Amino acid sequence: MNKTVNQKAWFLVLPVLVLVAFSAVIPLMTVVNYSVQDTFGNNQFFWAGLEWFREMLQDDRMWDALGRQLMFSGIILAIEIPLGIYIALNMPKSGFWASFCLVVMSLPLLIPWNVVGTIWQIFGRVDIGLLGYTLKQLGISYNYTQDPFAAWVTVIVMDVWHWTSLVALLAYAGLQSIPNAYYQAAKIDQATRWAVFRYIELPKMAGVLMIAILLRFMDSFMIYTEPFVVTGGGPGSATTFLSIDLVKMALGQFDLGPAAAFSIMYFLVILLISWVFYTVMTNLDKRDSV
Amino acid sequence: MSDTTIQAPGAARIPGKVTGESTGVARRRAPRVNRSAIVMGLYLLFLMLPIYWLLNMSLKTNTEIVSSFSLWPQNLTFQNYVKIFTDESWYIGYINSLIYVVMNTTISLAVALPAAYAFSRYSFMGDKHLFFWLLTNRMAPPAVFALPFFQLYSSVGLFDTHIAVALAHCLFNVPLAVWILEGFMRGVPKEIDETAYLDGYSFPKFFVKIFMPLISSGIGVAAFFCFMFSWVELLLSRTLTTVDAKPIAAIMTRTQGAAGIDWGVLAAAGVLTIVPGALVIYFVRNYIAKGFALGRV
Repeated sequence: MNKTVNQKAWFLVLPVLVLVAFSAVIPLMTVVNYSVQDTFGNNQFFWAGLEWFREMLQDDRMWDALGRQLMFSGIILAIEIPLGIYIALNMPKSGFWASFCLVVMSLPLLIPWNVVGTIWQIFGRVDIGLLGYTLKQLGISYNYTQDPFAAWVTVIVMDVWHWTSLVALLAYAGLQSIPNAYYQAAKIDQATRWAVFRYIELPKMAGVLMIAILLRFMDSFMIYTEPFVVTGGGPGSATTFLSIDLVKMALGQFDLGPAAAFSIMYFLVILLISWVFYTVMTNLDKRDSV
Repeated sequence: MSDTTIQAPGAARIPGKVTGESTGVARRRAPRVNRSAIVMGLYLLFLMLPIYWLLNMSLKTNTEIVSSFSLWPQNLTFQNYVKIFTDESWYIGYINSLIYVVMNTTISLAVALPAAYAFSRYSFMGDKHLFFWLLTNRMAPPAVFALPFFQLYSSVGLFDTHIAVALAHCLFNVPLAVWILEGFMRGVPKEIDETAYLDGYSFPKFFVKIFMPLISSGIGVAAFFCFMFSWVELLLSRTLTTVDAKPIAAIMTRTQGAAGIDWGVLAAAGVLTIVPGALVIYFVRNYIAKGFALGRV
């Protein structure tokens, strides 16, 4: 759609600008402020320059958290994206069962995040949880509060449970946009099931899949509540991801300087990914309007 | 799908050999439908089991939960729910949550509607940068903002009020609403605007009387997503409240009493937090992918 040039449109955007400036820019500037200052308490601050950034970059704790975070995001993407596509391919195309599947699949997405944590905390307990109890009866040792491996498995299965539906729903929306004529043409060409997937369905889904991958990457990159409720970042610091570490540092220990420097680097990474996301989105819009 | 292929007029003209092939495909397809049903059945079971277990526990007494293991409640009890609905320290949490969620949804939509219209209809200086900047706020980790928010709202005297949480959640809900609404608005042809102006409508009158009814489904979807993301968020709402505006999600974390964890009540409280989403999901089922993809599917 060709848009009219109209500078007065700024007035329509103004309320959003004021509101988001209040809830985003002011807090962000506070963070920037803290990141370059040091304090001995008593609200007396003095200039520290890039000291905190240097310290954080040399701190193993942050690198460890970043490593765990990347591993977590990598694993859940590797599971959720293929599984989501597979589920979307198997979903009914229309009718009552399609609606039924959509509603049931959306359910985990609407549960408050700490309740998701609570659900899995209970579900995995060996004494009262179905999963933990069953595993114990099968003779598999499983204790997510003691064993780092079990904790990781729990957190990953929980995330797969929570978010695979999102990937499936997006992929399903992409599949729905493929005209039936494409499949008929493929049938005339006697294409195999794999060829149909590879040359018709996958290219048509590419746009939405890109959105799904970026959304899942970003949201998993700032995951906090669910693992915090289930494992509290433990055992030890086995499941302490970036956000958990940051909140511990900022609100638990009130290490304002390092936490602020940490925040800014964290935010820059997110900014970079957001930019990729934005480019993908606008390209998608352009392709649709042609 | 294979039926329509055979009956399609185009397919009828295809030589017999190919038609024979496609019935062959249809015959091979028959077990595939069953396999799809099995895959979906297993997946839905995987999704529902943990939720069922929570429901199961919420209908048991604490003694039953701890002492025995059963797939369904042996002595069905609603005591846990009764406790939540009669104890003010419990049900006030739901009221608090609902208050700030509704406030947030109202604010977000009120400011996002004109902005989304501007983005979908006009190009102006810096529009693309502004649109991108909004997106970065949706993607910002709440953990980064927790401490600054705490200090900001303390210093302006809004700490532990509903409006503080509502405003804090605007951080990610306003951008979300703008993106979703813009996605719906671009589907409305521009000629409608121009005709309305020719007919002598002023902008506010046109917007409320003609434009908003046209995108009513979009407004509904945006409202649903604002409601939902404000409802599921815990980190910010917990940081910004202590007593008066404490959300249910934060109250749930205090079930660890002297006598151990009150599992039954915890489970009942969890089940009750799922209810609002479950009630309205049916109405937005066809738009849910569009909402999660920020209006871009």
